[in-house]
Amino acid sequence: MMQTLKKVMQYIKKYWIWVGASICLATISVVLTLYVPILIGDAIDFVVDKGQVDFASLGSILVRMGICIAVTAVAQWLMNTCNNHITYHVVQDIREDAFRKIQSLPLKDLDRKPVGDMVSRVVADVDTFADGLLMGFTQFFTGVMTILGTLIFMLVTNVPIALVVICITPVSFVVAKFISTKTYAMFKVQSETRAEQTSLIEEVIGNQKVVKMFSQEDNMMEKFTDINVRLERSSLRAIFYSSLTNPCTRFVNALVYAGVGVFGAMLAIKGGISVGRLSCFLSYANQYTKPFNEISGVITELQNALVCAGRIFALIEANPQVPEAEDAVVLQKAKGEVVLENVAFSYDPEKPLIRNLSLHVKPGQRVAIVGPTGCGKTTLINLLMRFYDVNSGSICVDGVDIRHMTRESLRQNFGMVLQETWLKEGTIADNVRMGRPEATDEEVIQACKDAHAHSFIKRLPEGYHTLVGENGGNLSQGQKQLLCIARVMLALPSMLILDEATSSIDTRTEMRIQKAFAKMMEGRTSFIVAHRLSTICEADIILVMKDGNIIEQGNHETLLKQGGFYKELYEAQF
Amino acid sequence: MKRLLRFFSEYKKEIVLAPGFKLLEAVFELFVPLVMAAIIDRGIVAADRSFIGRMSLWLIVLAAVGLTVSVTAQFFAAKAAVGVSAKLRQALFEHMQGFDFTHIDQAGTSAMITRMTSDVNQVQSGINMVLRLFLRSPIIVFGAMIMAFTIDVKSALIFVVAIPLLAIVVFGIMWITMPLYKKVQKALEQVLRLTRENLTGVRVIRAFCEEKTEIEKFVDHTERLAGLQTFVGRISAIMNPATYIIVNGATIALLYTGAIQVNLGNLTQGEVIAIVNYMSQILVELVKFANLMITITKALACADRVADVFEIPSTDLQRVKMLYGENKGLEHAPFVAFDHVTYRYSQAGAETLRDIHFSVEQGETVGIIGGTGSGKSTLVQLIAGLYPVTEGKVMVSGVNVQDMDPDVLRNMIGMVPQKAVLFEGTIASNLAFGKEEATEEEMWTALERAQVKSVIEEKGGLLARVAQNGKNLSGGQRQRVTIARALVRNSEILILDDSASALDYATEAALRKAIRGLEGQTTTFIVSQRASSVRHADKIIVLDDGEMAGLGTHEELLATCPVYQEIYASQYSVEENTDKGGKQ
Repeated sequence: MMQTLKKVMQYIKKYWIWVGASICLATISVVLTLYVPILIGDAIDFVVDKGQVDFASLGSILVRMGICIAVTAVAQWLMNTCNNHITYHVVQDIREDAFRKIQSLPLKDLDRKPVGDMVSRVVADVDTFADGLLMGFTQFFTGVMTILGTLIFMLVTNVPIALVVICITPVSFVVAKFISTKTYAMFKVQSETRAEQTSLIEEVIGNQKVVKMFSQEDNMMEKFTDINVRLERSSLRAIFYSSLTNPCTRFVNALVYAGVGVFGAMLAIKGGISVGRLSCFLSYANQYTKPFNEISGVITELQNALVCAGRIFALIEANPQVPEAEDAVVLQKAKGEVVLENVAFSYDPEKPLIRNLSLHVKPGQRVAIVGPTGCGKTTLINLLMRFYDVNSGSICVDGVDIRHMTRESLRQNFGMVLQETWLKEGTIADNVRMGRPEATDEEVIQACKDAHAHSFIKRLPEGYHTLVGENGGNLSQGQKQLLCIARVMLALPSMLILDEATSSIDTRTEMRIQKAFAKMMEGRTSFIVAHRLSTICEADIILVMKDGNIIEQGNHETLLKQGGFYKELYEAQF
Repeated sequence: MKRLLRFFSEYKKEIVLAPGFKLLEAVFELFVPLVMAAIIDRGIVAADRSFIGRMSLWLIVLAAVGLTVSVTAQFFAAKAAVGVSAKLRQALFEHMQGFDFTHIDQAGTSAMITRMTSDVNQVQSGINMVLRLFLRSPIIVFGAMIMAFTIDVKSALIFVVAIPLLAIVVFGIMWITMPLYKKVQKALEQVLRLTRENLTGVRVIRAFCEEKTEIEKFVDHTERLAGLQTFVGRISAIMNPATYIIVNGATIALLYTGAIQVNLGNLTQGEVIAIVNYMSQILVELVKFANLMITITKALACADRVADVFEIPSTDLQRVKMLYGENKGLEHAPFVAFDHVTYRYSQAGAETLRDIHFSVEQGETVGIIGGTGSGKSTLVQLIAGLYPVTEGKVMVSGVNVQDMDPDVLRNMIGMVPQKAVLFEGTIASNLAFGKEEATEEEMWTALERAQVKSVIEEKGGLLARVAQNGKNLSGGQRQRVTIARALVRNSEILILDDSASALDYATEAALRKAIRGLEGQTTTFIVSQRASSVRHADKIIVLDDGEMAGLGTHEELLATCPVYQEIYASQYSVEENTDKGGKQ
């Protein structure tokens, strides 16, 4: 907790001028806010009875009051503005740092974290943190100041009445605390029941077809009703008992008020206090508990905020990928010779995956990777693109270890079409241009024609300038894949990686694309994760993978002759 | 909101009582400054200690009564809010169960879930807050003004000016900032979208070295967001100082007019204090009221979205059952027949299926092949009556499926959907979907046929836990359990909707063999993109963009159907190539 706080301070430090201003303004507004009731009290003391009103003194007090009010208002507004400025800019800084970190985190770490979790850190957690920070700034400091100020004012004016206030108010915290501990368990039951219900809803609504197909509607309804009744019961308890806090603390406040009234009146009779001062006390008694309630609210909010900040900092401080070596080479237009030597790799040290893999791919050769689903074909691609680093052994492109060249230049030499298509928000043309931003419109269109994407793009409402929603929302899976292919067709790097690239395209379109692919692959080293035999058989090298291992390696004929797993796979298809 | 009023009908009593008791509480609270004025004017001035004592007792009594009354109000408010939202959830769930599929696809699962959970929760807290505060705040505000009138009309006129001014400031600022806050929300969603986009597309972004451009874009967005937030913040920061000025300005005015009145002898010192007190009560309540308005707006928006769900047509589960009596089919009719069927999704422009016409005898195996989006899945779902056809008829054993009791029809069919989903529970409870009274032996047989027996044995048998959506099983395992779920039914019709996609070729072949060996007269439909999966079927239907491009056996189609030839060639060209290679 303390450490997180320190890190938050690091971010705030940058805005120290604003923080300083905010503190000064808060002090001013608190002092003046507390001073106004005193002025009101004094004013009342000049309004005694018929014919006993001192208008001259009253006038000067009212003028003073006016000035105080004006200054307070301005100070309050400026303070809020400062606080807003600090909070939103700190939040902006944190978000940007988090985003930068996402860009440089090793994929090893990103793959392990669910996307939803990361997104909620950058968005929801930072937001909660912002709320907490803002509240902390605006209410915590002024709250503490108000309490201290009130105490001092009260003690200075009249010790006995002040003691009455100080003694009774804690009762209201005890009551609030008592209620909140009692209701905590009820809220827990409520949120557990609610979670149970949500997961049932998710299951049933998400899989409605299955529910209907097997006529399970009544069963599901029964299950739902059972949970719903329990939820109603637990919600009622939780909500009712927690809603007791307000009436109870208000009751305690009323007691304080009555106490001050009686005590003050008795004192006033003896002349120990003027009526004006008594009214000032009464308004203090009304206000005194408010900052306490606020502060206890702020403290829970701040704790919350710090937990969230902790989650964000965990992201920001995660180790980035191994930085580039200082003497890293920039790979120019590569010839495309790829050599793997004794490569060993595993995602989890407990479960060795690739062991002792050696492979020599000459420029322009075609490598097909085959095997049952989930056998780890994509692992090899992760290694080639240096999304992951090998554990031992080496991968060389054009004779240079890929760990000794810049990631950027390595990746620019690979063209990649992955199983999961991904498009960024922007126009169709923007997406195709991703690998070569400087390409002309003609080149873009040519690439799309080559990828058989041109005809559907033409039919879109705004052609190449059609906006693509988040992850291609408005396009079909097949169309998205065609665009990803066009993207590579435009960049045309010397090495290609195709991961089941045509899985979502119907077989006839695919045939046409295959032709384009064949043209694209000419003279280019290509690695293809393939399901279709046609691609596999034409490959120069076939890697057969099973359970993460490369168990066979060779071309179609030699592998068939070997009579191993490849033969089994091949025959199962017919 | 009006559309949801019926859910309140059962809670009329609570809905009247909760604000009623709140009203009493407010009234008691309004007496406090009067009592205090009496203490000052009569107690202090006359030095009457016993009067002060009595009055302070009154203060405590007022507080205690206020406490009791408000606790009662809270109870009724909570009861009404929780009760209404429970009824709402129940009705929503029932309504959603009755959706036909066209509407499920249209509404979107995650939207439905949000409606049922967070939206209903917002409505609940909205109802709760309204019942508690909606009457209280205006009563305190106007009550304070009326009390001021009873004390002194001239001073009370200041209230008449101050209250509208306060209302203008509070609601004016809300009115200005609300649309701005919506803008902030939109900007935040942009940030969210960008973050998500970058996480899901991290491989592509890195492959194309786009990290820097993405960071620049993100910085742009966060800057915009921070700018907007500070701007809105600056405006809403006016609220507190402005109300402060109005209330305290009014207090100055009150003191001044009060002083004149006191000087004339029309007013006492204690009464001036009471009037000043009323003024400060107003401020507190007005701020509460503004917050309440925000909660209400949110709750109303949520209530609207919930009400929209009820607008989506849905069949009443109970009524459907009574409608269908005995429906004797024609003798000698083909077992399954499509009679010039055309189907169009409710909002889609083009037809998904056009003029589909074929018939199948009992016990036959039918393969359905075609590219993505050619309408294969829709076709088999029409057999189960999951969608109503647009034109033509789908007949099962001579009866139009639209005229059959869905339960009877669906009991005839064992369907393995494309998406392999299981439900939270055990393997056994999932298999019981297929056949409620299935014995253990029947379950094991089904699992064995689905090629998943050994896996289940390893996992701990029929009572092995299945997590939500079957997440603790791999894709292939899940798919095979869904196959077992359909097989355990031993139904007359078995539909495999691209159900072997996650299986490797060897397992798929074994599965096909097991299905072929099923006892009885099972009519099987196999949907696939792979020619190898359907080539042994008695009949193959070739779909091309919603139309039937061919119907016949593998050999017939290979000879006559160009679309089938193309599909076959794209998958089997290798075989031919290598054959040629061998001959050379």
